[in-house]
Amino acid sequence: MYRYDSFDTRFIAERVAQYRDQVRRRLAGQLTEEEFRPLRLMNGLYLQLHAYMLRIAIPYGTLSSRQLRQLGHIARTWDRGFGHFTTRQNIQFHWIKLEETPDILAALAEVEMHAIQTSGNSFRNTTTDPFAGAAIDEIEDPRPYCEIIRQWSTLHPEFSFLPRKFKIAVSGAANDRAAVRVHDIGLYLRRNAAGEVGFEVLVGGGLGRTPILAETIRDFIPKRDLLSYIEAILRIYNQYGRRDNLYKSRIKILVQSLGIARMRDEVEAEWTAMDHAALALPDEAIAEMAQFFPPPDPAPAPADDDGFGAALETEPGFARWVEQNTAPHKVRGHAIVTISLKEPGLTPGDCTAEQMDLVADLADRYGQGEIRVTHEQNLVLPQIRRVDLPSVWRALGAARLATANVALASNIIACPGLDYCGLANARSIPVAQRLAVALAPREREIGDLQIKISGCINACGHHHVGHIGLLGVDKNGEEFYQITLGGSADANAALGAIVGPAVKSEDVVHSVDTIVDVYLKLRTGGERFPETYRRVGNKPFKDALYAAH
Amino acid sequence: MAESDVKRIVTANRLRDGIPVYRTLDGGWSAAIDDARLVVEEESEALLAEAQSGPPPLPVVAPYLIEARRVEGKVRPLTLREVIRAFGPTI
Repeated sequence: MYRYDSFDTRFIAERVAQYRDQVRRRLAGQLTEEEFRPLRLMNGLYLQLHAYMLRIAIPYGTLSSRQLRQLGHIARTWDRGFGHFTTRQNIQFHWIKLEETPDILAALAEVEMHAIQTSGNSFRNTTTDPFAGAAIDEIEDPRPYCEIIRQWSTLHPEFSFLPRKFKIAVSGAANDRAAVRVHDIGLYLRRNAAGEVGFEVLVGGGLGRTPILAETIRDFIPKRDLLSYIEAILRIYNQYGRRDNLYKSRIKILVQSLGIARMRDEVEAEWTAMDHAALALPDEAIAEMAQFFPPPDPAPAPADDDGFGAALETEPGFARWVEQNTAPHKVRGHAIVTISLKEPGLTPGDCTAEQMDLVADLADRYGQGEIRVTHEQNLVLPQIRRVDLPSVWRALGAARLATANVALASNIIACPGLDYCGLANARSIPVAQRLAVALAPREREIGDLQIKISGCINACGHHHVGHIGLLGVDKNGEEFYQITLGGSADANAALGAIVGPAVKSEDVVHSVDTIVDVYLKLRTGGERFPETYRRVGNKPFKDALYAAH
Repeated sequence: MAESDVKRIVTANRLRDGIPVYRTLDGGWSAAIDDARLVVEEESEALLAEAQSGPPPLPVVAPYLIEARRVEGKVRPLTLREVIRAFGPTI
């Protein structure tokens, strides 16, 4: 993974020192809250219901074992012993004291991490496929491009006064595991007719109050021109994006307002007029960055050994976990392991300091020291030999990390909701807990089912792209949940449609059970929920759901 | 319970650690909502103004008024959001 050079190290150290002085002046009364607020937000510090919340950037969801251990240390020393992994592949700590934050940022700097640009109208963490570099369906590892984008965009003057926050996702694989189409800019690595690798560029996606899927603005841009083309898009956004209305300020609204054809014309004209050479990415620069992301251990490993085969035979729980939580790896004899942070009944995405330590240890012992964070709020060990899977599974199981539910109904995405967040209207976590417990006993029968819950219209829980989405709303002080059906965040991305009137909190489990019953009755062959929904439409679900009302 | 039982209290987050605090009878701040000073609506703006005044730094961030009742000697906010702030996450 990328390692800081002397410039990065000095810059982050200076930033910590500046922030330490800012906190000192705030506590001494030399800065008002109005003056201090933008400064703390620039360093990822929010004030929420119970305490300050620190959001830490995990660039493209990639962590070293040393970094994960340090996050565990932060959880243990300055929080309540756990952290919360987010749908932006970042981590949040919810019980932070302002006076201790300079020490936390210093601890992050020790392991080449920070909390810069995790808030405000800035270029946020570029996200990607958590299987990057290991995925069998990958054209190329997208992480070098993510890092190039990160370095180019961080503190870029052109982007210091954007109309609103800005998010880019990059995928290098055939299967979209990065929810690319719900980002301001989406990039798919593609091969053109000549066999050259470049990018399909999409623009104008996003969730929140106005969910929109990004549209293709250019079918293919050579790697060399990636940055100049993105900059052309940002220039058009800066020029025409609205700053007078918060709810109309994202680039998706601009694209809808101009239309994709005019947006394309504007960007192409800007790009044509630009000095491409100044931002060109020569092959050597890409190759230099790619050296930070070496391919996995190239030595093929034995696919199985006696221990692996015996465990499959004798341990049904292991066999289920292998089936559900491991994915094919590009190197023979290896596997990609997803560690579920979704034990039914617990808080989705939460991870204790002890669990972080264990995962870091397993990464060191079996997985080349690498960990990934997924936008589904799980962790990934991307480089595990198949023969080591029994040992990894047993160690994870001892730490309650071996729940075999990836892609199943209890693998629920949920934002922190009203239990923590100052923006939320309703609780997400208790609903996720109740649903997971209720659905887990029959989730293998149900098969692939993605449930996503947001506690407010800002949609941090990605409810619009859940097969079943739940949006918490406040009705005269009571928690209700609006249900959407048929959404999807993968290569066939779709936005869910509202099925009917919102349901009371106490009715959510029964409602989702009813929806699942209808799906099981109507599905044919190997149809997944979105496919059945597209075929049969809203009516059977709506009829069943509201029959008693 | 009668509407007249609804009172106002002032709450904020403590500057140094962000925890919810409540304006007290003696003009200080307490993390225990039962210590909150309850006033009728007509007196609430004055209570808020007093909570916002004082030499910098104020020990709290962004004081505001909320509705609450005293039930069997305990102060209870009216909204779920404020109940969660006062008593912690429900999970």
